[in-house]
Amino acid sequence: MGSALMAEDVHLAPGIDSRAPKVCFFEDCNKDSVPLVGGKCASLGELINAGVRVPPGFALTTAGYAQFMRDAGILDEVNGLLQGLDHDDMDKLEAASAAIRQMIESRPMSIELEDLIAEAYRKLSVRCYLPAVPVAVRSSATAEDLPGASFAGQQDTYLWIRGIDSVMHHVRKCISSLYTARAIAYRIRMGFPHEQVAISVGVQKMANAYTAGVMFTLHPSTGDRSVIVIDSNFGFGESVVSGEVTPDNFVVNKVTLDIIERTISTKEICYTADLKLQRSVAMEVPVERQNIQSILDDEITELSWMAKKIEKHYGRPMDIEWAIDKNLPAGGNVFILQARPETIWSNKQKAPATTGATTAMDYIVSSLIVGKRLS
Amino acid sequence: MKFPVPHDVKGKTIPGTEGWERMYPYHYQFVTDDAERNQYEKETFWFYDGLHYPEPLYPFDTIWDEAWYLALSQFNNRIFQVPPVRGVDHRIINGYVYISPVPVKNPDEIGQRVPNFMERAGYYYKNWDELEAKWKTKMEGTIAELEALPIPRLPEVEDLTVVTDGVGESTAYHLLKNYDDLINLGIKCWQYHFEFLNLGYAAYVFFMDFTQKLFPSIPLQRVTQMISGIDVIMYKSDDELKELAKKAVALEVDDVVTGHREWADVKAALENRRHGDEWLAAFEKARYPWFNISSGTGWFHTDRSWNDNLNIPLDGIQTYIGKLRAGVTIDRPMEAVRAERDRVTAEYRDLIDNEEDRKQFDELLGCARTVFPYVENHLFYVEHWFHSVFWNKMREVAAIMQEHGLIAEIEDIWLLRRDEIKQALWDIVTAWATGVKPRGTATWPAEIEWRKRVMQKFREWAPPPAIGIAPEVIQEPFTIVLWGVTNNSLSAWASVQDVADPDSITELKGFPASPGTVEGTARVCRSAEDIRDLVEGEILVAPTTSPSWAPAFAKIKACITDVGGVMSHAAIVCREYGMPAVVGTGHSTRVIKTGMTLRVDGSSGLVTIVQ
Repeated sequence: MGSALMAEDVHLAPGIDSRAPKVCFFEDCNKDSVPLVGGKCASLGELINAGVRVPPGFALTTAGYAQFMRDAGILDEVNGLLQGLDHDDMDKLEAASAAIRQMIESRPMSIELEDLIAEAYRKLSVRCYLPAVPVAVRSSATAEDLPGASFAGQQDTYLWIRGIDSVMHHVRKCISSLYTARAIAYRIRMGFPHEQVAISVGVQKMANAYTAGVMFTLHPSTGDRSVIVIDSNFGFGESVVSGEVTPDNFVVNKVTLDIIERTISTKEICYTADLKLQRSVAMEVPVERQNIQSILDDEITELSWMAKKIEKHYGRPMDIEWAIDKNLPAGGNVFILQARPETIWSNKQKAPATTGATTAMDYIVSSLIVGKRLS
Repeated sequence: MKFPVPHDVKGKTIPGTEGWERMYPYHYQFVTDDAERNQYEKETFWFYDGLHYPEPLYPFDTIWDEAWYLALSQFNNRIFQVPPVRGVDHRIINGYVYISPVPVKNPDEIGQRVPNFMERAGYYYKNWDELEAKWKTKMEGTIAELEALPIPRLPEVEDLTVVTDGVGESTAYHLLKNYDDLINLGIKCWQYHFEFLNLGYAAYVFFMDFTQKLFPSIPLQRVTQMISGIDVIMYKSDDELKELAKKAVALEVDDVVTGHREWADVKAALENRRHGDEWLAAFEKARYPWFNISSGTGWFHTDRSWNDNLNIPLDGIQTYIGKLRAGVTIDRPMEAVRAERDRVTAEYRDLIDNEEDRKQFDELLGCARTVFPYVENHLFYVEHWFHSVFWNKMREVAAIMQEHGLIAEIEDIWLLRRDEIKQALWDIVTAWATGVKPRGTATWPAEIEWRKRVMQKFREWAPPPAIGIAPEVIQEPFTIVLWGVTNNSLSAWASVQDVADPDSITELKGFPASPGTVEGTARVCRSAEDIRDLVEGEILVAPTTSPSWAPAFAKIKACITDVGGVMSHAAIVCREYGMPAVVGTGHSTRVIKTGMTLRVDGSSGLVTIVQ
């Protein structure tokens, strides 16, 4: 995503390369695969190849998406519905969106495409030693996280999906989320042509997280690059990402990996897998655990070490999602679910700290004159 | 933060101490009878220098306060001309020292001072190593003079040689003169003390300041780590103990050395043992100058040296022998310290985004590393070596006063000002010469008894951490360093101070001085002598530590102090050994009791009393 890919680079049917794979495992992707598998899946592939522990998975590619649209025979109809829409006219947008999404979610997939996805899911299950491995199904848009155009979070994510039928159903729902009224309106406003926007869908083994969250490889409020800042809560990371809870917060020294600040918050809810219903549910954190630190110190250190490695690999500050699996033993249970370049501070031009003094003496004199402000 | 007005604080005399002002120089008083001075005192912010003066000052010990009052101020204001600041003014309330930097208020004058400072201070920074070598020679010369200075006893009849050599001077004259020389050597030694110190602090402070601008979250301990691993003689005394431990093992006398708690017993046993003499000779050799190390900060007569109590170094040697027997390496891990310093420095440097900042960082780091050895080493020369000898010379003066009945005990002398001692010596020599009883025998003992009671009342009084009006900006390098301590800790200290029942306190906040978290049993040691009771693996809780406490660090797993900042002895040593330290907690020795279970978080600076 460092290679600022523009939406124009992505070609949909009828111009799409029919030889491109329709389904592709993460490890076969890297950061240059954005046109094929979208930003999220490309970065997961890049991380795996960089030696970072990422739960395995595969992507339905943009070619696969194009194939689906073509097989379903709805391309012209969709394009027709999108014609002449105004980004302010919410009623019309909603109507068009509902029609398109209904079409996408109801049309059958071709046997060929369905087979490819089912086979990849079967292989993933075998690899994870789990029948019908629980997965997260998430969209991976090609235009996501482009500089100046944040599509992040506009498309849906489905957690704890098990079984091929359910996977298929949610893949389609993910595709259709490319056509929410909000997403359509955003593209119109930003001037991205609909036919040049594509989506890929990632199907990733679900970490059965007892704790998860996000971290930045710089201080989000000061831009200090010498720290890693970690937010965590019990359960899946959704509660942290969505801002539903005030997570625990840790500031870790990036150079020495010691925890220099810790803030333990009251965490009232978390998301977890309901093993009876086999789905993700929100639950109340038991009162006696609400004020307990939601992550172990050793795990903070390991996460920080991983964050440092990821930043080094990308050569820039990163924004990372992570989870710790409760079914796996320590030493192999910390996973990175997503990593993208941090955009806020990285796009700011920071003023130099030097006063322009060249020698130490000049700096000392100018600092003496200014003095030290007492706070 | 709101602070009381100085004259109000001073106005409330502690009952029974009326007239205490005469124990200190008159210009140390806050006054109301001089309108101009009164106004100045009211508008100025005074803070209690608890870092240097955790206890009220004995009248004699005021000598070092006066010495630095003069030396620091003259170097700032008259020699280097630090542009925005003159000297540091001093006052005393109830025996406690309050200080305040004096700003240059006129911007034009600041501008006029800049070229002077650039030229003069610039000369020192540029020729630092050369000037420092010169400094060492001057300092060693001063100490040699002090060591050679006799304090003569007054004889019944002068020696015949006074007549046959035509000397023409009496012992009385030499007593008076040598007393003056003793005092003058002390003042001279403190002139040297400050020759480099403020420039050193400035290099230091602004390296820290710049690094914190680049990395707002950087812990100060990491900044100081970048200047660590440079050999300083502050550790030499401890190294000598390690060598003696190794030698005892090599000569197979280690069982004798560890066989008794008292030095006298060890010495007697060694005299009858093969190779015992050889080890004793090595011990005697190590004493000079390395046992001239104070077991406190060296600022006060109460801080005795290893030479004064050989049980302290003996205990250190015993600790190291124990470590050697257990197969533990006792040498300081200097290679590891340097490797880690270089790694940390390089990683931070890599995180600096722009080229100019990186250049500035390199410049300031280089400067800070150049000044570092002086900033540490002057402590050994002045506060330890010189002072240890000085206090004992003063005890020789006291012995003469005791002999002539002006004081009851040697240690009573500290209750007199140095000019009062001079007067008393005149009283003694004139009475001796005349053959009558000195008048002071009827006046000083009673005055001393009264002063002892006053000092006791001072100790029970809690000095407010600050008085007057706080400025917005401080420009004096020395007070910035002190301020860093005082400002951050003022409110934390105050909040603990205000708690009526110290047993209800479960948390203490201090400076995160060395990272890591451990839990363990507390051992409160108020003096270097107490460290003999330390048990392996305990957490040391001390008012402050000094180089003579070094052997204690081989036993403990964390350290907490009442006073000190990130450059204090405890902080530096703990970082080297990789154990947590929280310093400058204000009241830990008062709140924590030996045997309590503590959690020490050296990364955040929090001490928790677990039970």
